[in-house]
Amino acid sequence: MAVLEISDISKRFGGLLAVSQASLEVQAGRITGLIGPNGAGKTTLFAIIAGFARPDGGSVKFDGREITGMAPHRICRLGLVRTFQIVQPFGALSVRENIAVGSHLHERGRARALQEAEKIARQVGMQAQLDTPAQSLTIAGRKRLELARALATQPRLLLLDEVMAGLTPTEVNEIVAVIRSIRDAGVTILLIEHVMQAVMSLSDDVYVLNQGRIIARGGPRDIASNAQVIEAYLGRRATHA
Amino acid sequence: MKKILLVIIVFFLVLPLFVESRFWLGFWTTTLFFALLGQSWNILGGYGGQVSFGHAVFFGTGAYVSAVLQVRLGLDAWTSAAIAVAAGALVGAFIGALSFRYGLRGSYFALVTLAFAEVFRVLANAWDFTGSGFGMLVPMKPGAANLQFADRSGFYYAILLLVVLAYALTWRVERSRFGAYLLAIRENEDAARALGINAFRIKLAAITLSGAMAAMAGVFYIQYYLFVDSHVGYGPAMSVNALLAPLIGGAGTVLGPLIGAVALGSLAELTSLLLGKEPGVNLLAFGVLLLVILRFLPNGLMGLLRGRS
Repeated sequence: MAVLEISDISKRFGGLLAVSQASLEVQAGRITGLIGPNGAGKTTLFAIIAGFARPDGGSVKFDGREITGMAPHRICRLGLVRTFQIVQPFGALSVRENIAVGSHLHERGRARALQEAEKIARQVGMQAQLDTPAQSLTIAGRKRLELARALATQPRLLLLDEVMAGLTPTEVNEIVAVIRSIRDAGVTILLIEHVMQAVMSLSDDVYVLNQGRIIARGGPRDIASNAQVIEAYLGRRATHA
Repeated sequence: MKKILLVIIVFFLVLPLFVESRFWLGFWTTTLFFALLGQSWNILGGYGGQVSFGHAVFFGTGAYVSAVLQVRLGLDAWTSAAIAVAAGALVGAFIGALSFRYGLRGSYFALVTLAFAEVFRVLANAWDFTGSGFGMLVPMKPGAANLQFADRSGFYYAILLLVVLAYALTWRVERSRFGAYLLAIRENEDAARALGINAFRIKLAAITLSGAMAAMAGVFYIQYYLFVDSHVGYGPAMSVNALLAPLIGGAGTVLGPLIGAVALGSLAELTSLLLGKEPGVNLLAFGVLLLVILRFLPNGLMGLLRGRS
């Protein structure tokens, strides 16, 4: 069953067509990867899905419900939450308080929200940093915090925008395990990623976006051997040029 | 923390018993007045990060509405006070709805609040109904029914009560979901929206509450001084006073505005003692203090206390 259906989404910034008639489906309970070279339009597509940008055409359906152009907070309340590629912590607040902001979506009481934040922190391996101000976290810590905050809203669909970028291989392995456990707990995931190995090992389905267009879809293995994808990433062989 | 609060409350409660001179009682009354005005700014600017340069618009509305209702319409002081506070809330909601709906942030929001205060100042100065250039004079009629006190300590306890109420409310806000959402919006509005926060509604609630609290300060002002004109009510000096106390004491903390108001009041007395009562000398001292604080103690005097504990 498709949790998220994106059909023919287009977005233009002045003369640049950032996303061009992109369509994709995210199946319930699976991890769907969205890959593509820099500037392919991945983050723009995310912004459109989460309500931060209005598309020039096309529609976004979440659980069969039209959410195109809906305000971000309303989309979040329906159970679709995003993280940001450029991490956006609440700098002056502690890790616990940061996560509690997410918990407050379904928990009015302050004490209970802070308590729940602790639980989420354990889930993503941040229990040791609960009282650390977000602004003094390392980049790996901030990425985890993005994930934790989003998770605290108890989403049904989680949009992860490059949560592994800038991490060491060890940190990548840790966060891959966390993401798997989130899926196993029943949360559907759509992720943008540059770390190829991680995408290929995590994703159940993969879409490839290049110059605003979806150029391929399939299982990780099919994608790795797809000629168009290789061309998009590595360019054409010199003899063809 | 609770011990410190208790000490502070007891200190202010017994203060009039030890302060004989009218001068010092007046000093503490004014200080508490600025602590109340500062807290109103703090809710919106300190916690919510929406910096207003025109808080006089709410203060002046409180003072003017109360004065006009008593003098022109003959309403009693209590009813006038209640309507004046509601008017402050309404002006807050109006300015908030306009500026937040169109996504004004940072300096743009600050300039819009300043512009509103100026518009109100010009209108109050031009309109006969609000006393035009002469201002509004409320007749002196001491008595609880008229919210006036023959004894100076009566005013002192009145403003103390208002401060305690306002600070208790702020304390509650700080420990509520609303408070957590305000901080989240201050720190990063986009991230807050992504986590399901209706930033517009939260900011609107904050500016409404802030407007009501500043109007309450205005109501006290008119009952205490019995006079308001457009410069006092809507002039930029009051707007600056509203933000100075929390910035110096510590924005986004409950006690910051009180500490700032005490520091500023003391500094004003000190400068007039040392440098004489030349007009503007104390403002010069305030400016220097603000620069020093912003440079060395970005979290205000509260930051100093917290850093040690």
